[in-house]
Amino acid sequence: MMASPLDFLHTAVQVLWSSSGYNTQVVAVGAVLLGWAAGMAGTFLLVRKRSLFSDALSHATLPGVGIAFLVMAALGGSGRFLPGLLAGAALSALLGLWAVLWLTRNTRLSDDAAIGAVLSSFFGFGVVILTIIQSVDIGRQAGIATFLLGSTSGMLFSEAVTLAVLAAMVSLVIIVMRRTLTLVAFDDIYAQTRGIAVARADLVLLLVVLAITVIGLKVVGLILVIALIIIPPVAARFWTDRIAVMAILSGMIGALSGLIGVVLSAAVADLPAGPIIVLSGTGFFIVSFLLAPRRGLVFRSIHMLRKGSWNEEKRGETMAGPDHGQTPSSPGTSGA
Amino acid sequence: MTGGLFLGLFLVPMLIGIFGAVACALLGNFLILRKQALIGDAISHVVLPGIVVAFLWTGSMQTFSMLVGAAGAALVAVVLIEIVRHAGRVETGAAIGVVFTSLFALGVVLLEQTSIRNIHFDVEHALYGNLESLIWVSGLAPGALFDSNAYHDLPVQLPRLVLVLALVVAFLFLTWRTLVASTFDPVFSRTAGLPVFFVNGLFIVLVAMAAVAAFEAVGAIVTIAMLICPPAAARLMTDNLLRQIAWSVFFAVFAGLFGFWLAGPGVALLVEGAAVSAAGMIATVSGLVLAVAAIAGPRRKGLRS
Repeated sequence: MMASPLDFLHTAVQVLWSSSGYNTQVVAVGAVLLGWAAGMAGTFLLVRKRSLFSDALSHATLPGVGIAFLVMAALGGSGRFLPGLLAGAALSALLGLWAVLWLTRNTRLSDDAAIGAVLSSFFGFGVVILTIIQSVDIGRQAGIATFLLGSTSGMLFSEAVTLAVLAAMVSLVIIVMRRTLTLVAFDDIYAQTRGIAVARADLVLLLVVLAITVIGLKVVGLILVIALIIIPPVAARFWTDRIAVMAILSGMIGALSGLIGVVLSAAVADLPAGPIIVLSGTGFFIVSFLLAPRRGLVFRSIHMLRKGSWNEEKRGETMAGPDHGQTPSSPGTSGA
Repeated sequence: MTGGLFLGLFLVPMLIGIFGAVACALLGNFLILRKQALIGDAISHVVLPGIVVAFLWTGSMQTFSMLVGAAGAALVAVVLIEIVRHAGRVETGAAIGVVFTSLFALGVVLLEQTSIRNIHFDVEHALYGNLESLIWVSGLAPGALFDSNAYHDLPVQLPRLVLVLALVVAFLFLTWRTLVASTFDPVFSRTAGLPVFFVNGLFIVLVAMAAVAAFEAVGAIVTIAMLICPPAAARLMTDNLLRQIAWSVFFAVFAGLFGFWLAGPGVALLVEGAAVSAAGMIATVSGLVLAVAAIAGPRRKGLRS
C-alpha cells in the first residue's frame, strides 16, 4: 500500500491540499481531534477497568438516532439534520448508561452481564425503529445506515465542522478534569478520603466517553467507535507506567490513526475511513505488544530465556491499575 | 388465518427463533456465572469477518463453508483474546475490545474491497438477520405436514438449530459435573483432577456453534441478547442452578414467541399491514423481561457469585 512513512506523508499532503480536498481537511481535523480525545479518555477508562462500557454506550445510541429521525421527519424537517440525530443518540446512550449502572448497583448482575444485556436489547430496539422508518417510507433515509459503519465520504461541510468543534470541546474537558480523573482512576478509596466525589468523577468520565461515542458515530460508526476508545490506551500502556505519559501517548496514537484513516480513504477508492482508522490503531497495538521495551513480548521473552524462570516474570503488576493499598505518591498519580 | 398460512409463514420462522433462543440461553447461564458474558459479544461480532474470509477462500456462498469460517473466526478470536490477556497482561474487558473490534474492522474492509457485497450480503444483514424471510413455501399447501415431498424446501436453519440445540443439551448432560464445578470453583475442580481444560474448550466451541447457527437466522445482536438477557433475568429469580436454567429457557421461549408475535401480527393490530424486525423485537422483549426481573425478581440482590 504505502511504501514508507515519507510516501504516506506525500500522499497525505496531496490529498489534503488538493482543490477538492477542502472537505477532507475538515474531516481530517475532526478525526484527529476525535482520535486524540478518545485516546485520552480511553486511558482513564482502561485504568478504571471499564473499557467495555463504551460497547454498551455505542450500541445504545441506535434507538435514539432512529427516534430522532422519526420525530424530525414528523415535524416536517429533513430527518437527517446531524445535530438532531446526535442529540437523540446522546439521550438514548444516556438511558443505556443509566440502565447499566442501575443494574450493577441494584441487582447482583456483574458489569459484563449488564453491559451485554443493555447493548443487545437497546440495539434490538434500534433495529425495530429502523424497520419502522423503512416501512413508513419517509424517503431519504439512507443517512441512517451510515451510522452503523460511519461514512466520511458523503459528509457535508457543516457536519464536518460540527464534529470538529465537538471533538475540540471534549479534548478541553479532559484536560481540565485530568487530575480528578487520574486520582479516581487509580485509587478511588484514597480519592474519597481526599474529599473528591468519586461517583461524580466517574460519571464525568463516562459522560466524556458518551460524548466521544456520539461524535464518532458519523466518522467510524457505532460498532467501531469502541475501538477508538479501547485500542490506543492498551497500546500506550506497553510503553509507560505513568498515566500522564500514557494518556498523551494514547491520544497521539488515536490522532495518528484518525489521520491515516481519513487520508487513505480519501486516496483509495472503496476504502471506508472507519475500519482503516481502527486497523491503524491495531497496527500500533501489535507493534507495541511485540516491541515495547520491558513489557513487549520480544523483550520479555529474551529476558525470560536469560533468567530461565517464568515465575519471576509472572509476578509483575497487571495492565489495569494496581489494587487498593497503593500509595498515592507512586508514579502516575503525580498530579495529586 | 388458515392452517397452511400459519405453518408456512409463521410457525417455521417462529420455531427457528425459539430454538436459537433456547440454545443460546442454555449456554448463556454459564457465560453469566463465569463472568464471560462479553466473550459471547465478541464471538457474535467476529462471525462477520469469518464469513467474509470463508467467501474469499472458497469463492462461493455455500452455507457449510460460511459456517466453518464463522466458527473458525470465533475460535481465533477466543485464542487471540487469551494471548493478549496473558502475554500482554491486558485486562480481560480491554483484551476482548481490542480483538473483536480489530477483527470486525478487518471484515468490513475485506467486504468493501471485494465483490462479496454484490452478491446479497451486507453488514446490516449480518447484524440483525432476517428471520421473517425464512418461510416454508411448501408448508403453505394444505396437508404439507404429511407430505414428505414438501419438506425439501424447509429452511435449512430449522434442522440446523435443532441439531445445535441437541448438541448443547447433550453437552450439558455429559459434562455437567465438571462444567458446574469449574464454573463455581475453578481451583478445586482442577486439583480434583476433573477435565477442566477440555470441558472449558468444548464449552467455548459450543458457544461459537450456537452463536453461528443462531446468527444465520437472527443476526449478531439478537444472538448476544439471547446469550445474555434470559440467563441474566433467570439469575435474579433463584439461587438454584437448575431452576435458573429452567427460568432462562422459559424466558427465552417467551421472548421468542412474544417478540415474533409483536413484530408481525402485534404491530399489524395497530397499523394495518405494518411489520417490524422480528429479530429486533425479540431482543427488545428479552431486555424488557430482564428489566422486570431486575425490578421484581425474588433473588435480585443476593450473592454475586
